[in-house]
Amino acid sequence: MNAIPWIHMVVALVLAPLLLGVINRTKARVAGRDGAPLLQLYFDLWKLLRKGAVYSRTTTWVFRAGPLIGLAAVLGALLLTPFGKSAAPLRFDGDLILFAYWLGLMRFVTVLAALDTGSSFEGMGASREVFFSALAEPAFLLGLLGLARVTDAISLSTILPGVTAANWLSAGPALALIAAAWLVILLAENARIPVDDPNTHLELTMIHEVMVLDHGGPDLGLILYGAALKLWVMGALLVSLLTPVRYGVVWQDALVFLGGMLILAVGIGLIESAMARLRLTRVPQLLMGALALAALALMLTMK
Amino acid sequence: MGLDTLFVFLVLTSLILLGSSLLSSSIRVVALQGAVLSFLPFLVMEPGWAGRAVFLAALTMALKGIVFPTLLNRSLREANVRREMAPLVGYSLSLALGIALLILAFWLAGRLHGIGVGLSTLSLAAAFFMMFTGLFLIIARRKALTQVLGFLVLENGIYSFGLTVVGHIHWLVELGVLLDVFVAVFIMGIAIDHISREFDHINVDQLDQLKG
Repeated sequence: MNAIPWIHMVVALVLAPLLLGVINRTKARVAGRDGAPLLQLYFDLWKLLRKGAVYSRTTTWVFRAGPLIGLAAVLGALLLTPFGKSAAPLRFDGDLILFAYWLGLMRFVTVLAALDTGSSFEGMGASREVFFSALAEPAFLLGLLGLARVTDAISLSTILPGVTAANWLSAGPALALIAAAWLVILLAENARIPVDDPNTHLELTMIHEVMVLDHGGPDLGLILYGAALKLWVMGALLVSLLTPVRYGVVWQDALVFLGGMLILAVGIGLIESAMARLRLTRVPQLLMGALALAALALMLTMK
Repeated sequence: MGLDTLFVFLVLTSLILLGSSLLSSSIRVVALQGAVLSFLPFLVMEPGWAGRAVFLAALTMALKGIVFPTLLNRSLREANVRREMAPLVGYSLSLALGIALLILAFWLAGRLHGIGVGLSTLSLAAAFFMMFTGLFLIIARRKALTQVLGFLVLENGIYSFGLTVVGHIHWLVELGVLLDVFVAVFIMGIAIDHISREFDHINVDQLDQLKG
């Protein structure tokens, strides 16, 4: 059995929290501050995992299972995610559908756990989360479908490494549209700024943060780590789409990919520094725009 | 490739118009669309038509990129109304319908494929999509100014349809069309001015209450 995909996966597991550190550091630097250490999320996770958990008496096993199943689901998605131009540990035809639904399952259990607390406040956040992802998911799948048409493959591990410079020359507009749609979805699904503000705990506008307010200790740690992994897997798809070079040498490809992830994190930091969060009523419009871009890209590849 | 990018750009500007809520930014987007469209003659015309292409492109650029936006901005300023679109159909729903229209445009283009000279499905689809978007804006927005914008987008669609399908229309015909559009925009500007002076708004859905 080939060990390299598994080593890649361990690298992803270790480096995922660093991505958020880079984003926060970029935001701090643009604002003229020094900012938190790059490894801040690791410290937070370590602190949270050593704490005890407090559970409300109104919650049931659903609330306790939420973070665990959520993390397991995103790990399942990570198993299918190619590491830049190298194949994923697990691959089969049609695994892109499973990938989308691993992320769907993660969202579903988070929403269930939020509803299980019985707090009207968390119900509001859950409702928003579900509404927005109902718009984001079709856009994501249409983008995958378009890429499958361009590369003539139906597994993530053959589609994304299969995007070459020749594809960019022949189907450049379609690929650029898919990349733009995916960037919007990446920001929306990971609660980044034009859609949600990861820093505020302002009740009226929160989407993702509000759902996890009642979790504490190790549960919160699992949720934070799961969120970092989710950012990693979606970022990995975008980066492998945008880097059409493939050396065939393991460490060179890995270096290109990690460099791409670093640039992506800095880019997200810059976007967050430059933009304000959108009014909540404008968010569906933004996601509908991403859906339109993905649909147009798909039609360009079908002609 | 260059042609594809241009048509994708035209479709994107139409999509932006469906989702945009400010009149002034919509005027800018229509101007941008017209300016991009003016490069089309260079890309589709047969060699040997260079002089005509340059003339047509310059005229289109001047009219659609500069004169129309200036006229529209002027009537927006004079009308002194709220600068929002006042849609009858919401922006998200407009975008969703836009996706449906896009699918319809590609389907129609696929059916008509092969009638013209060396044209791609995308060029036909983009032309149809601009026409649909224009009609939709005329129907689904309340301000009189957006009707002019819708008319301009519709005309952009017809213009690019003509250029890609027929290839060489006599230049007198194209000049005539451009002149017609110019006069239409001019007159609509004056009409908007009169409406706003008479009623303090330019909402066309209230015009059916006029009595002689």
